[in-house]
Amino acid sequence: MSRHTLSVLVENTPGVLARVSSLFMRRGFNIDSLAVGPTEIPEISRMTIVVNVDELPLEQVTKQLNKLVNVLKIVELDSSSAVERELMLIKVKTDPQTRGQVLETVNLFRAKVVDVATDAVTIEATGDAGKLTAMLNVLEPFGIREIAQSGRVAIGRGSRSITDRTLRAVPGAQVS
Amino acid sequence: MTEQLTGAQSLVRALEHAGVDTIFGIPGGAILPAYDPLFDSEKIRHILVRHEQGAGHAAQGYAMVTGKVGVCMATSGPGATNLVTAIADAHMDSVPIVAITGQVPSGSIGSDAFQEADIRGITMPITKHSFLVTDADEIPRVIAEAFHIAGTGRPGPVLVDIAKDALQAETTFEWPTELALPGYRPTTRPHGKQVREAARLIAESERPVLYVGGGVIKAEAWDELKVLAEMTQIPVVTTLMARGAFPDSHELHLGMPGMHGTVAAVGALQKSDLLISLGARFDDRVTGQLASFAPGAKVIHADIDPAEISKNRVADVPIVGDCREVIAELISTLQKQAAEDGLEVDCSAWKAQMLAVKEKYPVGYDKPKKGLAPQTVIERISAIAGPEATYTAGVGQHQMWSAHYVDFERPRQWLNSGGLGTMGYAVPAAMGAQVGLPGTVVWAIDGDGCFQMTNQELATCAIEGIPIKVAIINNSSLGMVRQWQTLLYEGRYSNTDLNTGSEESGARRIPDFVKLAEAYGCIGLRCESEADLDATIEKAMSINDRPVVIDFVVERDAMVWPMVHAGTSNDAIQIARDMAPEFDEEDL
Repeated sequence: MSRHTLSVLVENTPGVLARVSSLFMRRGFNIDSLAVGPTEIPEISRMTIVVNVDELPLEQVTKQLNKLVNVLKIVELDSSSAVERELMLIKVKTDPQTRGQVLETVNLFRAKVVDVATDAVTIEATGDAGKLTAMLNVLEPFGIREIAQSGRVAIGRGSRSITDRTLRAVPGAQVS
Repeated sequence: MTEQLTGAQSLVRALEHAGVDTIFGIPGGAILPAYDPLFDSEKIRHILVRHEQGAGHAAQGYAMVTGKVGVCMATSGPGATNLVTAIADAHMDSVPIVAITGQVPSGSIGSDAFQEADIRGITMPITKHSFLVTDADEIPRVIAEAFHIAGTGRPGPVLVDIAKDALQAETTFEWPTELALPGYRPTTRPHGKQVREAARLIAESERPVLYVGGGVIKAEAWDELKVLAEMTQIPVVTTLMARGAFPDSHELHLGMPGMHGTVAAVGALQKSDLLISLGARFDDRVTGQLASFAPGAKVIHADIDPAEISKNRVADVPIVGDCREVIAELISTLQKQAAEDGLEVDCSAWKAQMLAVKEKYPVGYDKPKKGLAPQTVIERISAIAGPEATYTAGVGQHQMWSAHYVDFERPRQWLNSGGLGTMGYAVPAAMGAQVGLPGTVVWAIDGDGCFQMTNQELATCAIEGIPIKVAIINNSSLGMVRQWQTLLYEGRYSNTDLNTGSEESGARRIPDFVKLAEAYGCIGLRCESEADLDATIEKAMSINDRPVVIDFVVERDAMVWPMVHAGTSNDAIQIARDMAPEFDEEDL
């Protein structure tokens, strides 16, 4: 099995997230992460779905997704030719002795502190999954109190856009 | 000024615009506003059924015989949930229906209001698409889209759930001239390169088989299929959903493949070097154990649904397209290939082999020493009613016997629940078929178990003048389950005795189907011996002003053969208990 990142363009209509997630469930595919958000076209939303499957089941899940009436386009993004990011907020225990070391770690990973309390700091970090895991490992000894992590979002490198051609298919859609 | 009307009026008008002439349904609180203008419609006949499941299967039956989209209607909550089985059935067998349900007022959605059920959520995995309408202005567009989605591409069920306040609100009516469905563009035209590749494989093959599924009937591709088969002389098998797509009487027809398929059909697939799959989906009931299915065969898989291709068996040549277009293009490509490159299809040796197997192992049965053989009943109904009649079946032994012993000569002659295996399908589906084909003969061949699940629709049939004929193959048990108990559970008949048989045989005859038929305003007949068989069937054929129910009391130990046990290889097909055909050594 291997991880695949799918960018799925969908019509921005109620229930579309439920349709997509229930399809994964009933066909027996596990979602590693899922992130949804608007695109530059108000009528279109973009889902970034990370699945852990073999090549053939991936083809099957893509075909099944394509059958959903609200799904406009599916593109598999290869990590070598795409930028992939996850966002993580980490609350780490600190005291006067450890705070300096924690801040040093934050700088090393080019993260930033977004909240400070007397006995903790909250760190905002973005990056690919590998970087975030590495950072968590370094912070672990100080005591991690809480984590909030986003799903992965990804975009292909270069000038090409996957929404270009989809846009023409949606009547009334305009670039905002 | 644009005419003002209610959402309910807009709905009825939209349905009229969509070409609807029949709706099967039951009113209730949330859908009530729609029933008022429906009362006035001169174009739409509403048939009041007795249970919503009956409405759903009737819509399926109507759709299957007419090729149009069937319509059923129900209220919110339990009305809607009662449709679920029929919707799931239509989804599995790709039957185009639109199910319209009332929903609680939009302001109450999510509050656990009286008769509220999230029917869109419930049916999400079993519909092709679904809509929730809370704005009356959207009704015409949604209805137009629903019918388009249900009836095109791979057909299927579409649910339209309409909040009560949307039905009551003031709106205007405008029938959309074009549909905005950017994410719905079924591929109907096959890729020329794929077709050429398929034609090349066909010419190279020595043991090809045309593996024909229900898609051929959905695409109305039966004429093209016949041309292709006769031109190439490739043997044909028709799946349970495709019975009638190719005439049973045709020399090249080897019968039905699968768990209860003929030796010739199962054997042909197993020994083939090229499966030409047309509108079929490599269902587990056809393939048996997938790993040992047709081990030496390459696969050309043509289907309108790309997700079916390589789902179960990897295709060597995938072709996405409408079966009619695919087959037509295949024919012209094969002709061109023969003319230009001299590549002729020649499988005459293989054909001769398979015809020999077909002759050696016809479907057949031994008559019991006493009592009526269920297979004989079905054979005689088929012989007397003929292929111009329509046949529906429930699920189980009687279904398999019908698939074998009814003579299928034309498409849409056979309606059954293939994928979902819904007991209780036969009577309401026959009702829908009879409404779609008034003045013709429609037989529901049913089991005593199945019949008891949906026979309330006899009331609908009697009152609405829908003269279906019901043949209950009454073996006083859940026959197919009993057969498995005989074969796999040492004859321990746990909970399969239904006690509908005669008192002399030790059963209690509850219910008495003749009395039940009469209570419903139908003619009830009973037949217990072969001597009375033809006369009973002929009597039923002579009654056309009301439904007829015949209780055929049959011998209960009859089993369905051939059989491939679930999960085993098709190579292990048995023609009777512990009896395997010998086609391996002698014929191949």
